[in-house]
Amino acid sequence: MSSDPILSLLFLVNSEEKTVTVRPADTLLYILRVRLGLTGSKPGCLNGDCGACTVLVDGTPMKSCLMLAVEGEGKQITTIEGLVNTPIQKAFIEKFAFQCGYCTSGFLMNCHALVNIEPNASDEKIKDWLESNICRCTGYKEIEEAVKSVLNTAEGKH
Amino acid sequence: MLPFNFEYYKPQTIQDAFRQFYSFRKENKKTIYISGGTELITLGRLNQVYTDAVIDLKRIQEYSSTFFHKDYLVIGGGATLTTIEEVNAFPLLSKTVKEIADRTARNKITIAGNICGQIFYREAILPLLITECLLGIAGAEGIFHLPLQDIFNKEIQLREGEFIFSILIENKYIKLPYVSIKRRKQWDIGYPLVTVAAIKNNDEIRMAFSGVSPFPFRSEEMEKVLNDRALSLEDRVEKSLLSLPGPVLNDVEGSSGYRLFVLKNTMMDAIEELEGERNVK
Ligand code: FES
Ligand code: FES
Repeated sequence: MSSDPILSLLFLVNSEEKTVTVRPADTLLYILRVRLGLTGSKPGCLNGDCGACTVLVDGTPMKSCLMLAVEGEGKQITTIEGLVNTPIQKAFIEKFAFQCGYCTSGFLMNCHALVNIEPNASDEKIKDWLESNICRCTGYKEIEEAVKSVLNTAEGKH
Repeated sequence: MLPFNFEYYKPQTIQDAFRQFYSFRKENKKTIYISGGTELITLGRLNQVYTDAVIDLKRIQEYSSTFFHKDYLVIGGGATLTTIEEVNAFPLLSKTVKEIADRTARNKITIAGNICGQIFYREAILPLLITECLLGIAGAEGIFHLPLQDIFNKEIQLREGEFIFSILIENKYIKLPYVSIKRRKQWDIGYPLVTVAAIKNNDEIRMAFSGVSPFPFRSEEMEKVLNDRALSLEDRVEKSLLSLPGPVLNDVEGSSGYRLFVLKNTMMDAIEELEGERNVK
């Protein structure tokens, strides 16, 4: 290959406009962490398996290691740094839904989207969504309790 | 992180995509189309895929839409697996794609990307093989349609520069009794040992398989024996297995002997379900 293509793109990250120079081959995760300093999205497997890198793209959870930064141009990207005092964050604290914390930002992004998109999610739906993330500390029970506490389910109401 | 860089182009129309493909090719640049684009990253980082240029099809109008038109359900090649599951216009396809990867990954993986991928499971193709769908292929003269079985031989064989724009499934297949079973060695996520998708059409069972051999397949020889009601259920399945079109995989997910054992039982479950003997979860 003779050239090394570089693009200057406008991103909307956590409601702020950012112009960033990227290589088309850069993943969104790399750009968020290395070029924008948003290190809350975590690199785990870098292969789409663990969910530690999950962000929201136009409100939908995406694994930022599986997405090229160029694909995010013009889309609303939300990282953990963009979530402030949300019910799911409070629920994670109340229910002790983290141990080492490495998977937590990815889980929070996915759970936040679940609560927004499926506020009445059934147990099956919760399982389907949360299977996208892995917790090496195996805190699944507490994570499930935290999610259920903010859904419109019987458990979420008391 | 990908160990190589590439040129990137986002066409708005099919013609634009095609033009750009040939413009890159004229410069001797290896060029690929991407849809969801996940495999470029997962295989690229392992040096199993290399390209000089990428044409991202996602912005092409109607590439991602799903609608009914005359006798067909039309699914855009760029429809994500999550969309297909949620629209649920074709329950067998929804059930099959729901088991691929995980929910967040399915927000990105598209049906065209799955059926044209290099990963050998490509389970989304199973319902398409047994319903003899048409593929809307974008080529030099615009979109033309071909039966999937005419260009499927272990994988979909397109000519240079072509891509799958849409998938057309005849309405008559959509409401037929169906079964889709994915069996893993353990747990609910991860790669399967075998996946079986089947329908019953006019009392005839059609069945397609993934995870058995290094490619997904449907076999007429196998179906002929499977539908021989003069034999016992076990004999139908066992004799059909003599016509498997390829070697049985022997890998970390399971030995070939174990796979065959699971396959046989899964096929029996599928037939019993379709012939009304019992319900298979
Ligand atoms: S780092 Fe993205 S899924 Fe593991
Ligand atoms: S809290 Fe440690 S990996 Fe989940």
